[in-house]
Amino acid sequence: MSTVEDKQVETVTIEVDGRELEAQKGEMIIQVTDRAGVDIPRFCYHEKLSIAANCRMCLVDVEKAPKPLPACATPVADGMKVFTQSRRAVDAQRGVMEFLLINHPLDCPICDQGGECELQDLSMGYGRSVSRFTERKRVVKDKNIGPLIATDMTRCIHCTRCVRFLEEIAGTAELGGVGRGEHLEITTFVERNINSELSGNIIDLCPVGALTNKPFRHTARPWEMRARKFVGTHDCLGSHLYYHTRGRRIMRAVPRDNEMVNECWLADRDRYSHFGLASADRLTAPRIRIDGQWRETDWDTALETAARGLKDAGRDLGVLMSPRATAEEHLLAARLARGLGSESIDHRLRINDFSHARAGQARLDRPTRDLAEADAVFLVGSNIRQEQPILGHRVRTAWRKNGAKVMDLNPVAYDFHFDLVERLTVPPQAMVDTLGRVAKAAADQGGCSLPEGKIGKFIAAREPDSRDRRVAEHLHSADDGIILLGDGALNHAQGGWLRSLAEWLAETLDVALVILPGPANSAGAVAVGALPGKGGLDARDMLEQPRRSYLLWDLEPFFDLADPQRAGQAFDQAGAVIAVTAFVSEEIERVASVMLPLAPVPESGGTWINADGHREWLDAVGKPPGQAREGWKILRRLGDMTSVDGFDFATLSDVRDLLDELPPLESASTELDVPAETDADVLWRIGDVPIYAGDTLLRRAAALQQTHHAGPTRVHLHSATAKRHGLDDAELVRVSQGEASVELPLVIDDRIAPGAVWLPAASCATHELGASSGEIRVEAC
Amino acid sequence: MTIEATIRVVEGKKELLSDETRKTIDHWRAKFPEGIGGRRSTVIQALVAAQEQNGGWVSSELMDAVADYLDVPPVWVYEVATFYSMIETEPVGRHSISVCTNISCMLCGSDRIVEHIEKKLGTRIGETTPDGRIFLKREEECLAACVRAPMMIVDGHYHENLTTEKVDEILDGLE
Repeated sequence: MSTVEDKQVETVTIEVDGRELEAQKGEMIIQVTDRAGVDIPRFCYHEKLSIAANCRMCLVDVEKAPKPLPACATPVADGMKVFTQSRRAVDAQRGVMEFLLINHPLDCPICDQGGECELQDLSMGYGRSVSRFTERKRVVKDKNIGPLIATDMTRCIHCTRCVRFLEEIAGTAELGGVGRGEHLEITTFVERNINSELSGNIIDLCPVGALTNKPFRHTARPWEMRARKFVGTHDCLGSHLYYHTRGRRIMRAVPRDNEMVNECWLADRDRYSHFGLASADRLTAPRIRIDGQWRETDWDTALETAARGLKDAGRDLGVLMSPRATAEEHLLAARLARGLGSESIDHRLRINDFSHARAGQARLDRPTRDLAEADAVFLVGSNIRQEQPILGHRVRTAWRKNGAKVMDLNPVAYDFHFDLVERLTVPPQAMVDTLGRVAKAAADQGGCSLPEGKIGKFIAAREPDSRDRRVAEHLHSADDGIILLGDGALNHAQGGWLRSLAEWLAETLDVALVILPGPANSAGAVAVGALPGKGGLDARDMLEQPRRSYLLWDLEPFFDLADPQRAGQAFDQAGAVIAVTAFVSEEIERVASVMLPLAPVPESGGTWINADGHREWLDAVGKPPGQAREGWKILRRLGDMTSVDGFDFATLSDVRDLLDELPPLESASTELDVPAETDADVLWRIGDVPIYAGDTLLRRAAALQQTHHAGPTRVHLHSATAKRHGLDDAELVRVSQGEASVELPLVIDDRIAPGAVWLPAASCATHELGASSGEIRVEAC
Repeated sequence: MTIEATIRVVEGKKELLSDETRKTIDHWRAKFPEGIGGRRSTVIQALVAAQEQNGGWVSSELMDAVADYLDVPPVWVYEVATFYSMIETEPVGRHSISVCTNISCMLCGSDRIVEHIEKKLGTRIGETTPDGRIFLKREEECLAACVRAPMMIVDGHYHENLTTEKVDEILDGLE
């Protein structure tokens, strides 16, 4: 923002309770007093939301004002004298409190908010001990707003924080106040669910017990629980949170404020995923397969069988790590594989194209929080709202506060909560071409020379149209432009090209490039070398060239790998498949030969590195069931039993110390194939991972699975595509990839680019199909 | 603001609006600034138009239709429709009558007027006659016609200096 003249910030001095405070002109009294630590009671005011001034709890006494004024809506003026404790202020606040309590039920003993309720707390200070109100209290019928949030709307005091949050932050405006006066109700009006991916935050915002955590409901009282620090483990941001535990169990998750990471918000995904830990299919004891039958056994026997499998394979071992493993687990697994002579270890499970040297690795020219400062954002292959809900909020902030110009290149016209100035909606097979055209437009504009080699030739051969030129122009004229590559680009079958083109484009246009790493702790995995070394195979090659043995870490083979079909074939041929897993599923039973029960995060501690490179040292929270053990302990035993060096440590912190002494990995080289021209009749699959299907834990979080984001899998096609392939009237279609095929219902959806088939990955319906990105056939059945 | 997903739940409902209604909405829409704020401002007039089309009240389907037509979140329309007393959200009679019973009218005998109307129509305040002809909406607070009290409002028109005979005449004249 260098060209914008610095705003003249005038400083004024006000006096609060006899104390002089500096304030900026235009600030509200409450902002100044909050900063100075002067306590003013409030219900409706929230620093992240617009000012409503409708609860009147923050009334203060201002000198020369004829009546008390709301501190949240009164701008400061030089020389203003504010009294927060004067007789008039306190009387006013007491009066407001009495009014607020008139219709509030006194059901604190059965209210989940009891003990952590802002109304309860303030009524201790400002309320009367005996109510003077003898009339009837009003009762409001409860609403059903979905599986995540419980309502008790009789308790509502109409602060409208939830309404403002959904309108301003989440951008969905799903709640409103209907009726008037005494009949005002906060509601969706018709029984509709709240579908925002950030909806759970209205639970924290609600100052009373009107909105509470539904799956947590009536299971614990606030004072019985202990808050344990942790981070969200489903996206690469790692939102800071507290898990509230009672005894061994995690009861709920709440956000932990950190302006750099998640501000004060938490995505529903991170808030409700821990309920999956209590899933009925937890593996509680080691199992081995004997003559095709699964038997429970003791740890020693299971570990011996596993160690034999690993040793037998030697350099023919393939190790596939879930990105949700801790950095220590990644480190030890890599050490184990290398100790056994294998360089084939990878955590980039969903990647289809490894041609770029840094495939699946992050590149952040700007920290993620700067997304909110950008004035132009170009999203390439990113449904950011679903992939990274908090970063989606940051982009929305940039659009809302700075009027940022947002553009996208996606195979689907995704629902965003911001407006886009330009949308390039093209099928996946045309994404490289389109990005190339934008690059050509940028080159034409800047008059700069094209790079040498294949990329330069490719760009030179493109012919940009007016929309491509406009995208380049918006980025070119931006002071603070960002190109962001998301999962759609990362997991694309020509991801190497997309990345290379984006790199060049960012350099040419002098904008920042933000390539997010894969899910969860991917950055941690890269940092400790859970990547194939020299001569090693990556996650894709490991399945294309079947290994003798596999070690599968906390993953379900048909849900977490880019190509389930190929994975199935590889595992069926393998001599031994050692599954270290928290859950038993039919798939694991089918492919594995040993199952070792794992305590996944958050039941296990360790180091977590987020996209920005922030390192979090996490202590385990909650206790794993049965004989499940932390991953580092399992790896230590396996290392011992296979006589690999470097496993003679005693504690997790010994392993953590190793993190700093790692030699950098030899970097691979980029080898791009020229993308082939595709036939107009060839369809490509858009294999998005649904927001609540990304890993083993999410798929078992019952409340999340009941939301509309986790509906049944259907094939989505543009009406033009359906017409072209004679599927206009088809209700059921047969989709096939390679030899695998499956019948699924068809939905005509014009958000999908013509020539593309939207069929999500990581779902039961598609777990036997092929790669998440690439060719697919659809026919009527 | 896009919020497409929120609006999508009402997608296609705008078909319920007649050409006449759409024309009225467009007329009002043109008076407000571009953008979502202007569209939101049009909601009141759009609801009035939809209500006229529907014989005096708006169903939730019609509110959705207004939201779809104006491209605003449906809850914004519900908020307005339930807030203003000019918008009915339940089926009511063709003609709407409210009698003022505030202080001036009361002193001039509005209670008798109410009693007379209730008796004549055989309905209570807040109800519609069984033939769906007249909706006896409510006892109004002051409508600023004290100088000619007692008064009532019929389909938006003031009738003042009421007597039982005058009331009979007005009521009998309603279709």
